[in-house]
Amino acid sequence: MDKLKRIVGIAWMTIGLASIIVLIAGAVMNIDVHGKSDINKPVPWLIIITIFTPISIGLIIFGWYALKGEYDGVIKT
Amino acid sequence: MPSPKGIWKVITASSVGTLIEWYDFYIFGSLSTIISQKFFPDANPTAALLSTLATFAAGFVVRPFGALVFGRLGDLIGRKYTFLLTLVLMGGSTFLIGLVPSYATIGGWAPFLVLLLRLLQGLALGGEYGGAATYVAEHAPENRRGFFTSWIQTTATLGLFVSLGVILTVRRIVGVEEFTAGDGWRIPFLLSILLVIVSIFIRMKMQESPLFAKLKSEGRVSKNPLKESFGHRANFKMVLLALFGATMGQGVIWYTSQFYAQSFILTKCHVEYEQANSIILIALVLTTPFFVVFGALSDKIGRKNIMLLGMLLGVLLYRPIFQQLYEIADVSKKAVVVERRESNPPPHVNSGFIQVVTIEKRFDDGTKLKTTLKEPAEKKSVAPMMTNEVRLAEKDKWKMVGLIAVMVLFVTMVYGPIAAFLVELFPTQIRYTSMSLPYHIGNGVFGGLVPFIATLITTIPGTDHLSGLWYPIGVAALCMVIGFLYLSNKIDTDVSD
Repeated sequence: MDKLKRIVGIAWMTIGLASIIVLIAGAVMNIDVHGKSDINKPVPWLIIITIFTPISIGLIIFGWYALKGEYDGVIKT
Repeated sequence: MPSPKGIWKVITASSVGTLIEWYDFYIFGSLSTIISQKFFPDANPTAALLSTLATFAAGFVVRPFGALVFGRLGDLIGRKYTFLLTLVLMGGSTFLIGLVPSYATIGGWAPFLVLLLRLLQGLALGGEYGGAATYVAEHAPENRRGFFTSWIQTTATLGLFVSLGVILTVRRIVGVEEFTAGDGWRIPFLLSILLVIVSIFIRMKMQESPLFAKLKSEGRVSKNPLKESFGHRANFKMVLLALFGATMGQGVIWYTSQFYAQSFILTKCHVEYEQANSIILIALVLTTPFFVVFGALSDKIGRKNIMLLGMLLGVLLYRPIFQQLYEIADVSKKAVVVERRESNPPPHVNSGFIQVVTIEKRFDDGTKLKTTLKEPAEKKSVAPMMTNEVRLAEKDKWKMVGLIAVMVLFVTMVYGPIAAFLVELFPTQIRYTSMSLPYHIGNGVFGGLVPFIATLITTIPGTDHLSGLWYPIGVAALCMVIGFLYLSNKIDTDVSD
């Protein structure tokens, strides 16, 4: 189980990186000065990218910790 | 530990205050359409920008920030005074929103003041929950921590229930016209001050948490809770695990089952406003006791399995349930038995419309559909407006109640045990700070973004009315896998470390 926990750490790092790229691409595709809905406005995207980027970096760090075996063994909850 | 009578006093004092905070936070959201008309007119670009900030910043930026500010304070000066402060901040802001003159009266100051007060609401909410959950957990006996903290968990749903109840009641008493066009909408905001005064009175009588008081008497209070929470790898890795293995999935399940469902039956199913909200209210009443049931069950069989089962059910059943909701309100396959058409001048002379056409249809199963067409005076100046309102037959209404109730049950599974789970994950010195941040990122960011991202997905070519659900399903699935792999179902009974 510990081996599996470490290996999938790579997946969490990849997802974290991909989510940043997807968000930036989404902003570029949807921001439209003529659009009227929220998704066309730059401010929500700016806020979302600003707040999601550190979270995505957090997921990358989580993956890194997992890969390094920080979560090996039993974690009581 | 307090006596059995003492613990109920602790729970009552904590829960009432937290419930009022949720009530305050929700009435702004529930009345957002009216607030936009009064304070954030579309024609003014600055007001429109402030409106967007009020919607997004309060939930996503300020809540986690409030978690850090008040979490730190709670770990430095104590739980009692910190969550007393958040209560005063929230109640005061809500009351003042009810007093701010409209844009028509004071111009640009109106949206600015409302934005400021809304941000204070977000800040206060970010500090409240962690304090209340920590306070109750640190009083509770170790074998019943899930049960006692689950009472705090009921407050978020009960806060929504009370806010909808107050809004519907005031709307009926003052009349729809006075409520929306007049000043009736201010009453739910102003009422908050009474609730807050009562709650402050109750909370003033409370004692500090025994575990924190012990730490303080021994001089072992944290010197720098932020650094110890997020700067030390041993604790930071647990913060990340709490976020990605529990609160992220819990947040999307909660928002999808309660708020996205409410928005879906209003905007996609076009169920009439009062009926839609009464459906939500009944479903909440039927399912709220299950927060306590699953909280108590988590003391017996562990927190992890219950929370992950709630996520799994959401992942598997959201699409079929939302499809059922859509089909119940779909009148295209029903036969019309009565049709009535009426043309009237618009109620407001300067509305920009020349006439209002109302078409009422009654279908064979008792469902009613009211279509309102507003024709513009000059075709180029205002676009024609069409709104549909479906009044469901009694049988269909109860089907919808049942489906929403099933989804809120998923919420009770993920949310009931989570306060105990978070409390047990972190040491007393930095518990308030450490548990507040993942909770508010999970709920405020991942959960709060459900409507926005769901709407975003439905704008992609080839998508349908259910495509927006892929966001909560994806996040819940990811969280479930992380939780399954990395969390243990064993309970850490000693939280005095």
